[in-house]
Amino acid sequence: MHWIILPVVMPALFAPIIGFVMRHDISMARIASVTGTVLLLGVAVGLAMMAAGGETFVYRLGDWPAPFGIVLVLDRLSALMVLLTATLALIVLIHAIATGWDARGKHFHTLFQFQLMGICGAFLTGDVFNLFVFFEVLLIASYGLMIHAGGRDRVRAGLQYVVMNLAGSTLFLFALGTLYASTGTLNIADMARVIATIPAEEAALVRVAAILLMIVFAVKAALFPVQFWLPATYANASAPVAALFAIMTKVGAYAILRVHTISFGPGIAPTEDLAATWLFPAAIVTIAVGAFGVLGARRLMPLIAFSVLGSMGTLMAAVAAFSPDATMAALYYLVHSTFAAACLFLVADLVVSRRGGDGLRPVLATAQNGLFAALFFGAAVGMAGMPPLSGFLGKLLILDALREPGIMAWAWSAILIGSLLTIVGFARAGSILFWSSTAIEAPLVAKPETRKAGAWELAPAMVAIGMLGLLAVFALPVSGYLEDTAQQIFDRAGYMAAVLGTGTGG
Amino acid sequence: MEAILASAIGVLTAAGVYLLLRLRTFPVILGLAFLSYAVNVFIFASGRLAIDQSPILSRYGEASYTDPLPQALVLTAIVISFGMTAVLVMIGLAAYFEAESDRVDIDATDDRADGEGK
Repeated sequence: MHWIILPVVMPALFAPIIGFVMRHDISMARIASVTGTVLLLGVAVGLAMMAAGGETFVYRLGDWPAPFGIVLVLDRLSALMVLLTATLALIVLIHAIATGWDARGKHFHTLFQFQLMGICGAFLTGDVFNLFVFFEVLLIASYGLMIHAGGRDRVRAGLQYVVMNLAGSTLFLFALGTLYASTGTLNIADMARVIATIPAEEAALVRVAAILLMIVFAVKAALFPVQFWLPATYANASAPVAALFAIMTKVGAYAILRVHTISFGPGIAPTEDLAATWLFPAAIVTIAVGAFGVLGARRLMPLIAFSVLGSMGTLMAAVAAFSPDATMAALYYLVHSTFAAACLFLVADLVVSRRGGDGLRPVLATAQNGLFAALFFGAAVGMAGMPPLSGFLGKLLILDALREPGIMAWAWSAILIGSLLTIVGFARAGSILFWSSTAIEAPLVAKPETRKAGAWELAPAMVAIGMLGLLAVFALPVSGYLEDTAQQIFDRAGYMAAVLGTGTGG
Repeated sequence: MEAILASAIGVLTAAGVYLLLRLRTFPVILGLAFLSYAVNVFIFASGRLAIDQSPILSRYGEASYTDPLPQALVLTAIVISFGMTAVLVMIGLAAYFEAESDRVDIDATDDRADGEGK
């Protein structure tokens, strides 16, 4: 039963070994890092199979029973998120190695493993203070990754990112202090038990804490009005890092889904109306910001970053409904948008590194122009939500789930118009990058042909698009699994019984 | 006691937020340090204030005790915020040397249409 803690412990062991023992030998570091990530993927598959049965597994650290000790909780949702993280990490890692990004600065692989440790930990923990600790682990690794390879713009954007997130962490601590003062516990399941017993007229502090926590998670999920760090960060980070960060916004979405469903969610009288009331309008505005950003972007990387923002808005609009149906749709779209965003950044990296700058203006067509155009087209189709890739199905599921009279008009018009604007933005960018470039006549003095991308450089982006295809082809079994997952998320009694009662312990 | 503690947290937070909004590296770092002091005291107080009492259960008799958990939490929070401040100082220095400016915000010229200089 010690498998549950492996996604945290394994990267935590690999990271210092790579950092101390292999810091001068990039090929050793690469081998170790790939080994670690492949092992993580194996463990994640095992955990997903373990959790598929529907049981909630609880791992007690030091065998102290919850709520006194710290617990890790594995259910379908956690297993799904860890599996998603491991898959994405392997794709991104191979891209970073094949394109040589990892050698342009120090300690890429160490930071990468620490990042995985933080993300997996955040998905597995059953305690909000532990969630804070894992947030800090993933953040401090992400600070290093964000400024990896250096450069003026990157470091300045990194500074902004760090300041923003440090302010967010402080807010997180204020929220935790308020929660502890009003409930006397920080265990997610135990909080649900305590908050349900608080009479409505004494619930003001808990409500404040719930909203503070939601703001903190919204910073991570890049929701309006705390979304403004995302475009600058993603656009200025090195491309593989930006692709890995596609999972970081999902950490925020996961945290809202977990905490605001179990602890503050439907059926917990003092706080049940809070999250939905504030989350839905924020999500709608986020969709709008993302769509207009895509239209207005003058460089490729910010364009992709804004499309990620729009997809987070769509995702959170579905999460804000807090119903099993909508949550199933949200989870499907979450998996899809993670791969779509990663794929776009990876393709963009291949293109940008050959064009010398990511400005949207025609330059002489690079080698393999047609291939890059096709890859970009595929990724953009996925992100914008057009058939045949999974984005279409994801958006369809979300639209289908958001049928309540009060929200249907807003949700449908925001998502549909947002998608249209995104398509226009991507079509514009694609035509300028790939078609206008072929219209430029080659200069008389032939420029040296740009280097062709090798198989290993192309493979990760293609695998990411392939994931979108697979997600669409196997939509039925996947949505069946996600439906069970959504049911389990809303089964608060089962979660509490597993964590607080006589759950199968480690 | 409560009044002093509460106003101390308030003053520290206010100073922190004010400095954070200065948008230059040094005041921002100081501001975040103030904010983290404020939150540390706040967490410490979240287990109720009990003066002159130990954070352990007494084995002998009914001696009252103060809540030990916030002390453990605040220790973690102090360590993390201290480490983060150090990271922030390093990144702030790097940004200062790279850009020869200590402004935290990115000015409009950085969004160059041509995308050169990346």
